[in-house]
Amino acid sequence: MKVETETRGIRTGMTGNAAVAYAVKQADVDVIAAYPITPQTVMVEKLAEYVNNGELNAAFVPVESEHSALSTCVGASLAGARVFTATASQGLALMYEILWIAAGLRTTIVMGIGNRALSPNINIHCSHDDAYAARDTGWIEFFAENVQEAYDLTLQAFKVSEDKRVLFPSMVNLDGFILTHSLEALNVLRDEEVREFLPPKEPVNPIDPDNPMTYGPLDLQDYYIEHRRQQAEHFRMSYPRIVEILNEYSEFTGRRYSPIKTYMLDDAEIGIMVLGSSAGTVRYTVSKLREKGVKAGVISLTLYRPFPVDEVREHIKGLKVLAIMDRSYSFGSPGAQLFMDVATSLYNVKERPLLFNVIYGLGGRDLTPDQVELVVNKALEVAREGEVRETQIWVGVRE
Amino acid sequence: MSEVKLIKTIKEIPREELFAPGHRLCAGCGIPILVRMVLKAIPGPKVVVTATGCLEVATTIFPYTSWKVPWVHSAFENAAATASGIEAAMKVIERKRGGKKAKVIAFGGDGGTFDIGLQALSGALERGHDMIYICYDNEAYMNTGIQRSSATPTGASTTTSPAGKVIPGKLERKKDLIGIAIAHGVEYAATLNPAYPVDMYNKIVKAASVEGPTVLHYYTPCPTGWYFDTSRTIEISRLAVQTRLWPLYEYDHGVYRINIVVKKPKPLEEYLKTQGRFRHLLRPENKWVLEKLKESIEEQWNRLVKLAQMSGQKIY
Repeated sequence: MKVETETRGIRTGMTGNAAVAYAVKQADVDVIAAYPITPQTVMVEKLAEYVNNGELNAAFVPVESEHSALSTCVGASLAGARVFTATASQGLALMYEILWIAAGLRTTIVMGIGNRALSPNINIHCSHDDAYAARDTGWIEFFAENVQEAYDLTLQAFKVSEDKRVLFPSMVNLDGFILTHSLEALNVLRDEEVREFLPPKEPVNPIDPDNPMTYGPLDLQDYYIEHRRQQAEHFRMSYPRIVEILNEYSEFTGRRYSPIKTYMLDDAEIGIMVLGSSAGTVRYTVSKLREKGVKAGVISLTLYRPFPVDEVREHIKGLKVLAIMDRSYSFGSPGAQLFMDVATSLYNVKERPLLFNVIYGLGGRDLTPDQVELVVNKALEVAREGEVRETQIWVGVRE
Repeated sequence: MSEVKLIKTIKEIPREELFAPGHRLCAGCGIPILVRMVLKAIPGPKVVVTATGCLEVATTIFPYTSWKVPWVHSAFENAAATASGIEAAMKVIERKRGGKKAKVIAFGGDGGTFDIGLQALSGALERGHDMIYICYDNEAYMNTGIQRSSATPTGASTTTSPAGKVIPGKLERKKDLIGIAIAHGVEYAATLNPAYPVDMYNKIVKAASVEGPTVLHYYTPCPTGWYFDTSRTIEISRLAVQTRLWPLYEYDHGVYRINIVVKKPKPLEEYLKTQGRFRHLLRPENKWVLEKLKESIEEQWNRLVKLAQMSGQKIY
């Protein structure tokens, strides 16, 4: 059943995988190169169907590995095409080498990730290990909280990556199975609305035999660091443009997008920060605890790279304690990945909350309201005592 | 298949140079001979992809480049995959919005082709992208300092297969790249050698005329890694053919053809003694390795003769 709703688009139901594929089809991509991996498979199966049924005029390149998938996308993007690929976990790890190259060569690839735990032991369910491992490579990383966001962020990712003031590839992360395989209601734009928001790609310096250029030369001690410096500066400068595009999409659709989402944070003393689909569970629990007078609030990130440092600094004002939840673990590090980002962002801020890190949900273990309540209670304890005794705790684990 | 314009003498080779001088490939290196020839022999617009290796590092040292055609380097093992993406994109862009299609040429060394890039090459050949894949084979990882690859010939001493007291150099055989290409169903595959420029030119032209993947395998002496005087590149290249070590042959739409029929091969030792990497093979205690190399050369030649005869070529 399709009905009109208050935000723009047609009401329908889709899984996360299908929603991303639908957005990619509406974006009228030119080249898709992909290799199957659970839980991403349905995303690219759908796209292959669209191509083979003549609904999408694109080349579907069924490559023999994820390494070749991203390599093919690099070539296609440099040749001027709008390009999409998708992967998860081991597949993203196999792409790792090319992630740096895709970003450094300023390609505009958009990649869907069905976030999945890395082996061993082999597991097909959600962790954020894969997305975190890509954090240094120069990709823009979005995290979707639900199927609607997975769809919307995919369309926004193309606009962001191809923008002349950005020109960096983007990942749209959606939690494996929890979002990739869940059927949810969402609003999808009409094709002509997508075309209005996302015009065809205008490639910058594409491969052109009439204007030959050398892409990816050898770069030694005399220039490499300047080129990295330029890339760093461009990546930093892309941030305000990303925010502009999120705002533009928000106005266009009536669905609000920004790098950070907050919930009941204004008067909160306890904050919980989280990525991905868990945000809903955390909000639900916090709303229940609010009824008991617990002054807690939630910060969730839509944009993970470039990291929204200023917004994080802004939103922690007034918090006594911030619990940072990571669906991953970083061996030998002082904290897991999101924790380290936040701690680094806040170190030079005078008035800042006490921080601790929560490891949860690895390999698809459900995050329950009980676990969230435990985290809030821990935060209240830290607030009472005025010090952090355990920088990192695990929840939902049999010790 | 588009029109094929073959030549009879080197005088007919076009004068236009799309590969500029000033690159840092070594004196005596065979690679630039190949690249100049490829860019001359393939008409019309073209795009070049190059795997990490000697050719890449020596021709594009920022801010300089030797390439007067669009040139892309991504990584070591993915030249064929990168080329696949360029080819697929150009095709679909032409279909959707109009635009110029160009011939896609991928270069890889023997390491980038026989070893780390074999999977990507296999994928690209199987998918049937319209591209010429050219392996420049100097029979070891020369860019990193003469390490053995699966293209290193039996007996050769490299830094990872040194001629030791117990193990005298590489004991394994060289992989059959053209056989691998043919097994994928390519329409055209051939070996090239810089001492036979007309043969080389014509094979590049034939490969370029195919709409689909083709593979060329080029023999390129490496003075630095093989230990010979830089003036002897062509002489050594010719000896490789005349000793039957490097047969010049082609596979053309199902037909095998030996292009240079070596009726009376020169003794292999004549070839081996020109290069430091084989010096130890001429010692009596290493005769058994030399015999292994000779066996593999003979087997290869006999197999090619049979295939050519089955295709109707009169050999002797």
